[in-house]
Amino acid sequence: MSRYILRRLGFLLLTVILTSIIVFVITQLLPGDVARVILGREAGEAALQALRHQLGLDQPLLVQYGRWLGHFITGDWGTSYSTKVAIFPLVMGRLRNSIMLAAMILVFAIPTAVVLGVVAGLNEGRWIDNLISVSSLSVVGLPEFVTGLVLIQVFAFTLHWFPANSSIRLGTGFLEALPRLILPALTAVLVLLAYIARLTRAGVIEELKKPYVRTAVLKGLPGRTVTIKHVMRNALLPTVTVIAISFGWMISGLIVIENVFNYPGLGRLMVFAIGRHDLPLLQAVTMVTVVAFASANLAADLMYAALNPRIRLG
Amino acid sequence: MTETSASVLKIEALTVGYRAESGWREAVRGVSFELSPGQTYGLVGESGSGKTTLALAVMNYLPPGGRVLGGRINFGGVDLQSLTQRDMREIWGSQMAMVPQDPLSSLNPSMRIGDQLSEPLRHHLGMTGAGARARIQELLEMVEIGDPNRVATSYPHQISGGMQQRVMIAMALSTEPRLLVLDEPTTSLDATTQATILDLVRNLMHVHNAAVLYVTHNLGVVAQICDRVAVMYAGELVEDGPTDAIYRQPLFPYTQGLWDSVPRLGENKRQVRLHPIQGRIPSLDDLPEGCVFRPRCPVASDVCRVHPPVYRPNAERRTRCHRWQAIASGEIDAAQPLPDQQTLGAGTPASEQVLSIDDLAVHFSPRPSITAWLRSRPLKPIKAVDGVSLNLNSGRTLGLVGESGSGKTTLARALLGLTPLTSGSIQLFKAPLAPRLADRPRSSMSRLQIVFQHPQEALNPYLTVEQTLMRPLRHLRGMSAGEASLAVGDLLQAVELQADYRSRLPAQLSGGEKQRVAIARAFAAQPDLLVADEPVTSLDVSVQASILNVLHELQVEKQTGYLFISHNLAVVGFLSDWVAVIYLGELMEVGPADAIFDPPYHPYTEALLSAIPLIDPQAQQEQIRLEGEVPSPADRPTGCPFHTRCPRFLGDICVNQRPPWRETAQGKSYRCHIPPQDLEGQQRKVFAFSDQAGKGGGP
Repeated sequence: MSRYILRRLGFLLLTVILTSIIVFVITQLLPGDVARVILGREAGEAALQALRHQLGLDQPLLVQYGRWLGHFITGDWGTSYSTKVAIFPLVMGRLRNSIMLAAMILVFAIPTAVVLGVVAGLNEGRWIDNLISVSSLSVVGLPEFVTGLVLIQVFAFTLHWFPANSSIRLGTGFLEALPRLILPALTAVLVLLAYIARLTRAGVIEELKKPYVRTAVLKGLPGRTVTIKHVMRNALLPTVTVIAISFGWMISGLIVIENVFNYPGLGRLMVFAIGRHDLPLLQAVTMVTVVAFASANLAADLMYAALNPRIRLG
Repeated sequence: MTETSASVLKIEALTVGYRAESGWREAVRGVSFELSPGQTYGLVGESGSGKTTLALAVMNYLPPGGRVLGGRINFGGVDLQSLTQRDMREIWGSQMAMVPQDPLSSLNPSMRIGDQLSEPLRHHLGMTGAGARARIQELLEMVEIGDPNRVATSYPHQISGGMQQRVMIAMALSTEPRLLVLDEPTTSLDATTQATILDLVRNLMHVHNAAVLYVTHNLGVVAQICDRVAVMYAGELVEDGPTDAIYRQPLFPYTQGLWDSVPRLGENKRQVRLHPIQGRIPSLDDLPEGCVFRPRCPVASDVCRVHPPVYRPNAERRTRCHRWQAIASGEIDAAQPLPDQQTLGAGTPASEQVLSIDDLAVHFSPRPSITAWLRSRPLKPIKAVDGVSLNLNSGRTLGLVGESGSGKTTLARALLGLTPLTSGSIQLFKAPLAPRLADRPRSSMSRLQIVFQHPQEALNPYLTVEQTLMRPLRHLRGMSAGEASLAVGDLLQAVELQADYRSRLPAQLSGGEKQRVAIARAFAAQPDLLVADEPVTSLDVSVQASILNVLHELQVEKQTGYLFISHNLAVVGFLSDWVAVIYLGELMEVGPADAIFDPPYHPYTEALLSAIPLIDPQAQQEQIRLEGEVPSPADRPTGCPFHTRCPRFLGDICVNQRPPWRETAQGKSYRCHIPPQDLEGQQRKVFAFSDQAGKGGGP
C-alpha cells in the first residue's frame, strides 16, 4: 500500500510540474507586453526596459520559469496587475470559499444520490426505479442558471428562507456563511444528483448479478445485511471515485453558479483574471485549480484502494 | 409420514419454467427423486439439460422469471413452495447450503475470509467473538487448510482457487446442514487440485451424514463420488439408478451415447472410435413429440412417438425409454452409429518433419518497481516457457498436457509469432521461422494455423460462415471469388456442416458448429501445422467426440501436423501420437501416446494420471495427491521445478540440480533424478478399468 501511495504521489507531482510548464509557457505566448500593461500606453521605452529588467522579463525563459516556480512554491505569488493587491491571500481566501461550497454540496448530494441510486438499483425495472431515473434525469437537463434562478425565486423571494445574494466577505466563517451557501449548493446538487445516482444504480445492478450475492442470500442473511454489508460495499466503489473527482470540478468549475448567486469562489476569480488580462493572478488561480484537481484525483485513487482489498493488497 | 421423514428431500413431478414472451418455457419437466441422509446423488447432463435449474429449485432460489409450475419439493417434511422468503432465511445456510462452481466470484471480494465464515455462525447459531473464531479455525482445519489463521485474515483474491473452494465447503458445512447442493464444485479447478477437493468432499460427506445433490457434467467425477446417478436431458430426468449399475448397463440410449462419446484415459484413436451423439439438443420452444430423445435416438421406433412414462426395471432403477427391455436383453444396441468416413488412425509410415522447436524459452520481465530499484534487487524474469525442445511430423499429433500456468498457451503463442521468444529457434520444414509474426512471409502464415478454445470469441459475429471462410481462401491462397466460393462448399463438407450453413451468422450456430467453422477456417489456408489450443474444452461431451473425429479425419486426409494442447489427459491421449507433459514451462516427459500411460512415469505424470476421475465406478486407481498448488512462474523453484510438490522427492539434489533427461525402454524420455530402473521398481500402473464397465463400440 505504501508503495502504491508513493507512486500516486509521484504521479501527482509530475502532473503539477507538467501543468506548471504549460501554464507558464501559455501565459508567455499570450499577446500583450506585460510592462506596457502595467505602465500604460504613454510610457517611454526606457521606463519599459527598466521595468522589464526589474521583473526579469529580459532573462531567458528557463530562468524566468525557475524563478516563477520558486516564487510560487514559497508562496510569493506577487501582486495582481489590475487590483494591486497581494495574490496569495486573495486566492487562498477564494479557495476557502470554494471548499466551503463544495463541502456543502457533498453534504447534500452524497446521501441523497446514494440512497436514490441504491433504491433504484435494488428495484430495477419497477415503478420506483423509473420514477427516480426519470425525475433525476429531467432535472439534470436544466442549465444551472435556470435551476438557480428558480430556487432564488422560490426560496428567497417567495418564502424568504435564504438570501438571494450569496456574496460573502473574504474570511467569513462557515457557520456565518451557511445560510448563503444553501441555495448555490442545492443548484449544484441538482446537476450532480442524477449523475451519482445513475452510477450508484448501475453499480448496485452490476453487483447484484454476482455470485457472491447469491452466497450471501443462501447463508440465510436478512435482506438488509445482504444489501449493506455485501452489495453496497462493492457497488459504491465507482461512486466514491467519481465523487472525489467531482470535488475538483466543484473547486473551480462552478462559474455559472457563482455568478448567478454572486458567490466569491475561485471560478469567478478566474473569469475576472482573464477579463482583466491579469497574468500573475491567472497563473495563480490556474495552478491552484490544477493542484485541486490532481489532489482530488489522488484522493479518489487512494479511497478506491483503501476500500478495495484487491488493489490495496495486490 | 415415516417414509418422508427418512428422506431429506423428496421431489415429486416437479416442473419449473421461465417466463417467456409466449408463456412459460419449461426447463425442468416432471422430475421426481428422493434423497436420504448420507447419500450422494449425482445429477449429470449437458448444457441445456435443466440440471442447474433443478438444483436452484431445490434451494428454492430460482432466478428472476423462474417459477415452480407443478409438483412438490418436500424438504424434511415441509413443502418448500409453502414457505415465504422469511421462512427460507431460517433454512438457507442452516439446513441447506450450496457450494457453487466458481469459488472466487462466489466470495465477497472485499471481506476477509474469516468474516465471511462467521456470518452463518452468528446468524444461525448465535456464535460470536472467541467462540466463533475457534469454530472458524476448526472448520478451516476440517477442510485441510494448513494455516487457518492466515487464511481467515486473508481476502479471497489472496488465496488459490483450491483454497477458495475449501473455504466454500467449510462455509457450507459450518452449520451442519441436512442438504448440500454442490454445483460443479471442481469444474474451474486444475486436475491435481480437483483430486484433493474430491477426496475432501467424499470424506466429509461420510462424516457429516448430509444428503448431497452433486450437479456436474463430468462423467468421471460422478463415477467416483456418487452413490446414485440421475441423467438429465432436455429438462427431463431420463434415467436414474445406482452408479455402478448405470455405468455397467445404461437403459436409456442418451446415457449410452454419453458414455460412448468420451475417450477413457489411455484409449487412443488407433484402437477406439468415439461415437458422437448425432443431432443437437432440442430447443425448449420446439420439443419433439413423444420421447425427447427420439430425433437423435438410434433405436427409436413408432412407439417412441408417445411420451414415455417412467419405467422401473427394478426397485433401484428408473428409465424413460419404451424399449429398455430390448436394450437390457441385448436385442437392440443403443450405441450411436459411427459417422461413415470414420477410419482408425493407421498413420502413414513415411512422414517428414513439420515442426522442430529447439531449446525454446519465453521469459517475461516483471514490472519494474521503485522499491526493487532502490534496493538494487535484480529483476528476475518470469520464465513462462523454458528450454522446450519438440519435434512433430506431418500427419501426426503432438499432445501437450499441463495444468493452468504451465506455459502451454504461451508456447502456442510463441509458435504463432504472437509472443516474442527469449531464446531458441522454431523450424518449419527444416527452415527457420522468424520469431515475430510481422517478419514472417505470408506463406508461413497460411502454413501455421490455430483453433482456439472459445469459438464464440474466435469468430467475427458480423460475418457469415461463408465470409469467414472466404477470407483465408482469398487472402492467403489468392483464390478468385468464384474459386473461393467453390472451396467453401468443400470445407463445409469436410467439417460435416450442411451447405445451407454458408449464410448463417455465428449467433445462429451451436457451440460445436462454431468450432467446426473455426476448424474449417484454419484448414482453408491449407496449413502444414495446426495448433489446437483446448479446442474441445468449452464443448459438451457429446459434441467433443464429433469435433475430435473431424480433427482426426482431416488429419488423415490432409496429413497436417497437429500441436494439440489440453489439460485433459484422456482427450490428449486419445488424439495424439506423441504426448508431452509440461510443468511450470518445462517439459517433464515426452513419449509415444501408448507408452505415456504405463510406468515408469515421471512423478508428475504419475500424479496427474492418479488425479483424473475415471469414468468407471469400479476402476482401480492409485491415490497419489500433490501437496499445495502450482508455484507461480515468477517464483520458480530451483533445481527441478517440480521438487516442491514431488511425492518422490529425493533431497538436496532435486533442489540444487536441474535433472537430466532419461530414456526408458518404451521410448519415453523424462526429466528426473531418478533413473528408469528405480522408478520401475517403485511404480505400478496408476489406473486400471474394470472389465465390466458399459463401454460400447470398441474396435
